[in-house]
Amino acid sequence: MSSNTDTIRELAQQEYKWGFVTNIEQESAPRGLNEDIIRFISAKKDEPEFMLEWRLRAYRHWASLEKAQAEPKWANVHYDPIDYQDIIYYSAPKQKPNLKSLDEIDPEIRRTYEKLGIPLAEQKMLAGVAVDAVFDSVSVATTFKAKLAEAGVIFCSFSEAVREHPELVKKYLGSVVPYTDNFFAALNAAVFSDGSFCYVPKSVKCPMELSTYFRINAAETGQFERTLIVADEGASVSYLEGCTAPIRDTNQLHAAVVELVALDNAQIKYSTVQNWYPGDKNGKGGIYNFVTKRGKCAGRNSKISWTQVETGSAITWKYPSCILQGDNSVGEFYSVALTNNFQQADTGTKMIHIGKNTRSTIVSKGISAGHGQNTYRGMVRILKNAEGARNYTQCDSLLIGDKCGAHTFPYIEVKNSTARMEHEASTSKIGEDQLFYIRQRGLKTEDAVSMVVNGFCKRVFRELPMEFAVEAQKLLSVSLEGSVG
Amino acid sequence: MSVLEIKNLHVRVDGNEILKGVNLRLDAGQVHSIMGPNGSGKSTLAQVLARRESYDVTQGEVLFDGKDLLAMKPEDAACEGLFLAFQYPVEIPGVSNAYFLRSAVNAVRKYRGQDEMDAMDFLPKLREKMKLLEMDEKFLNRSVNEAFSGGEKKRNEILQMAVLEPKLAILDETDSGLDIDALKVVANGVNAMRSPDRAFLVVTHYQRLLNYIVPDRVHVLVNGRIVRSGGPELALQLEESGYASVGSAAGAA
Amino acid sequence: MASAIQSLESYAEGFAGFEKEAAGRELPWLRSLRQSGFARFSEVGFPTLHDEDWRFTNLAPIAQTQFRLARNGHALPPATRIAPLFLPGAACMLVFVDGRFARGLSSLGALPRGVTVASLASELTKNPAAVEPHLGRYLNIQRDPFCALNTAFMEDGAFIHIAKDVAVEGPIQLLFISAAHDFPAVSYPRNLIVVEESAQATIVEEYVSSSGGKAFCNTATELVAGDNSVVSHYMIEREDAEALNVSTLRIQQGRSADIASHSVLIGGALVRNNVHPALTGEGGECLINGLFVGGDRQHLDNYMLVEHASPHCGSRQFYNGILAGHAHGVFHGRIIVHKDAQKTDAKQTNRNLLLSDTAQIDTKPQLEIYADDVKCTHGATIGQIEENALFYLRSRGIDEVSARQLLLMAFANECLDRMKEGPARAHVESLIHEYVAGVTGSPSSHAPEAAVGEVK
Repeated sequence: MSSNTDTIRELAQQEYKWGFVTNIEQESAPRGLNEDIIRFISAKKDEPEFMLEWRLRAYRHWASLEKAQAEPKWANVHYDPIDYQDIIYYSAPKQKPNLKSLDEIDPEIRRTYEKLGIPLAEQKMLAGVAVDAVFDSVSVATTFKAKLAEAGVIFCSFSEAVREHPELVKKYLGSVVPYTDNFFAALNAAVFSDGSFCYVPKSVKCPMELSTYFRINAAETGQFERTLIVADEGASVSYLEGCTAPIRDTNQLHAAVVELVALDNAQIKYSTVQNWYPGDKNGKGGIYNFVTKRGKCAGRNSKISWTQVETGSAITWKYPSCILQGDNSVGEFYSVALTNNFQQADTGTKMIHIGKNTRSTIVSKGISAGHGQNTYRGMVRILKNAEGARNYTQCDSLLIGDKCGAHTFPYIEVKNSTARMEHEASTSKIGEDQLFYIRQRGLKTEDAVSMVVNGFCKRVFRELPMEFAVEAQKLLSVSLEGSVG
Repeated sequence: MSVLEIKNLHVRVDGNEILKGVNLRLDAGQVHSIMGPNGSGKSTLAQVLARRESYDVTQGEVLFDGKDLLAMKPEDAACEGLFLAFQYPVEIPGVSNAYFLRSAVNAVRKYRGQDEMDAMDFLPKLREKMKLLEMDEKFLNRSVNEAFSGGEKKRNEILQMAVLEPKLAILDETDSGLDIDALKVVANGVNAMRSPDRAFLVVTHYQRLLNYIVPDRVHVLVNGRIVRSGGPELALQLEESGYASVGSAAGAA
Repeated sequence: MASAIQSLESYAEGFAGFEKEAAGRELPWLRSLRQSGFARFSEVGFPTLHDEDWRFTNLAPIAQTQFRLARNGHALPPATRIAPLFLPGAACMLVFVDGRFARGLSSLGALPRGVTVASLASELTKNPAAVEPHLGRYLNIQRDPFCALNTAFMEDGAFIHIAKDVAVEGPIQLLFISAAHDFPAVSYPRNLIVVEESAQATIVEEYVSSSGGKAFCNTATELVAGDNSVVSHYMIEREDAEALNVSTLRIQQGRSADIASHSVLIGGALVRNNVHPALTGEGGECLINGLFVGGDRQHLDNYMLVEHASPHCGSRQFYNGILAGHAHGVFHGRIIVHKDAQKTDAKQTNRNLLLSDTAQIDTKPQLEIYADDVKCTHGATIGQIEENALFYLRSRGIDEVSARQLLLMAFANECLDRMKEGPARAHVESLIHEYVAGVTGSPSSHAPEAAVGEVK
């Protein structure tokens, strides 16, 4: 075992590869939060009156929650209280607005993205991925706009959508996650600075995978982006989201909101590879990732599918959910969540079955290593009129080492007797036996570890778009090979 | 000519001395069997030869094909041509049998400086071996040993052996838990692989296996030592009178 | 409750009479076994809904009836009616009427050397030394009052011994017939099956009724599977619509033993099927496979207790239930992994189809794990026949009844597929075919709950 342990130790000491800091001038709001900051953000973004009003209503709601100390505490995660007045709520690279072409982007930022391996420059876009890159809080560039426009797809930064397509934003903003939904959703609604917006019109199949890359750069900055994706009747779209952050020894807050709306016969596939800085070996630093993601299958036969690979962040608190309102609509949630060192994750999903013959699938794979604590929290709710609703839940945990933990909290509420529920759960340990067996067939320890882990996650990986699946596997190999033995 | 030479091997597991000076020499082309009661150290010997690192060798020497086996990592021993059919084959969920076997074959090829085999070249070879072991095609896509019955797992071990074509194959209780039909299939698979440049070490708890795989030599391991060695007739004698009859007799390989 | 107490008194009377004339009454060890069984039963009586192990099963039909021991004095069913029940390909068939061996109806055939198949009563008389080391050593009379009661009244049943290294080709069939009586009759078949090291056998226990009448069969089987043995055991319950049947299969598994228990419950009014394997040797494997199909007001309760007491053992439980009419199914799946049973791999799946709004299923997994390196999974599903699948088949021209049958057979086949090919499986397959046709109704009837429970 000694050499297993050695190799693994070496791997464990690999640094967070994406932890570089970009030196560019930032334009930031003063620290803290009050109505003036909200007005400052809104003004900076040149927003119409309705947006400012909405933000202010959200802020007042949040302020009342904060006063009542209503920050949610039920998640199985532990962290020191967050001082919301000690955060910078707006930070943007200082440069001239309205870029004419991609070449005008600050070369420093360009280099950052190149280091991240994001195909930002159009010549590198052979993969056919349209990227909206969000750097700290503002969207820097959207590629492939022309090709998308030809198909009638609107894909732009949220700020631009507010200016160019206010009627769509007005109609759908907050329709799935109202600012009253929860503490962090209210905070986000008040201060969100940018994000991505996508609208796929009737019967259009989006011609390429859409992608947003988030990166937190500035110190002590909160990132509060907001994503809204609407697939009109018969439309379909696949959306990829990737995240990284530089190494900093203080904790940074990320409280995003994602809303998806699928009308009749529409399909939305939303994939995330989250690799925010997880903190160091001793649990210092890292991102607090408190995210509200929800999709509404508003129309008949619509489908929303969430796939997530969560390897980063010091604390993850996230439940991508589906409201299955339209008859025959389908919700899916495929998740790999990895916690190593002192990471904590409390993640899962909610499937709310409202329409008839609605179906949902939940596949959750939790991997805990080091002192990592991994909680699956899922709710399946079948409402009274959801005749013939079906749910399949599979929830597996893999433990690496004996200091980590896996916890499972499934909640099931069934109000219709025709519902059909399936639930499977397992907990297993990656151990000396498994590694020895594979090595006895000639494979090296690190190959053995990644073989076991990738096998465990296979059911989720195969839901990811090809290039993302490869990235996810690599990411896992690096973040994971933490602490056997 | 000797494939395996064990000299005065002492092994501790969790602080207890399990092997207390084992000596054994196995030549190419030969099949030796190791028998012994529960707890005699049979499995420990098999695992230590496959280089299980948590087992602590305190004394002795083992030469595999003339090289120092105890200096090798498990994967190096495997690549040098040592194969262990596990008593308890391990499950690897989500990894298909075909992929696993090809990874193993390629790891060995790479070690030997050969080109990797792609799926097109590999599959026909695999299918041929599966036929020999009367295994269904669907095995290819099933996860390694997952939801396999005991018998299927053992058959899968022999399939891996047939594909990897080792110089030395150690079978650790491959017969345990098999019904008579499966036992015959497994024995046929092993017998088909007997050849002048390959050696087998067959560890078993039950004499019955040796009716189907007839060994050149039988060694009786009791309390960490080989107390008696002989021809195939020794197995029958044990069957008649039990281990106690040979327990005290001195002897060496 | 008055009648329940009365009934307990009648058991005491019955036991006093039984003890005086039972086979093997002169054997002190047997006497003491019977007495401790009865003492335990008298102490606790029949379980109630307050007992966790019985919370879904109301035993009033058993507890409040004054049963009498059906020992003597009834006509045996004619041999012409029994012959067709002989399982083609079986090595032999032992017939028991009300738990007593009926030599004239049995066919012992030519058994290979090393195989003993006899009645327990005669073995107790002629060769008690073969029985003593095992009988009553495994069944837990403390946990289960029915096991205690069976032990008190044990006398006859099958005794099977398979010697080391012997493989018996065809199944050994044990046919238990509840005969007609003009009073509520009870019988206590008790079987002891000993399979020695590296031996191999298939045992089929089948329970049928010869005609109507309220009958209670409380049966228990101890199966001792030696090291490296391979045993398939079938329990087929297809008694008539008034029958009460409580059965316990207790399996004691040795090192590397590979055991399969298949239960098929299609008959009886109130049925409780206990399967309790204890994996006591390293590397044992156990498959616990079952199918229960109920209609009308049938109550089919399955209680699995899988005990992992040694390292590296695997157990796989699969129970499928199909319930129509007002039928009530129960599945308890209890897995206990003892402290030393590291590397245990235990899996449990219970799948159920409800064919009517009034059918009911209670499913309860229970995992007690005291070791820290184990793999345990459990899963349960409850559902209806899929309307989409039904519609799809009908759109291809298959009528509704046939389409339902097809889907039910597919569901039942999951269990059949886990049985090894051979005469026993073929037998079960044809029974299920026939029965599923009954549950789904004749082509003229569209009500799925029609025509359930008549097994001849």
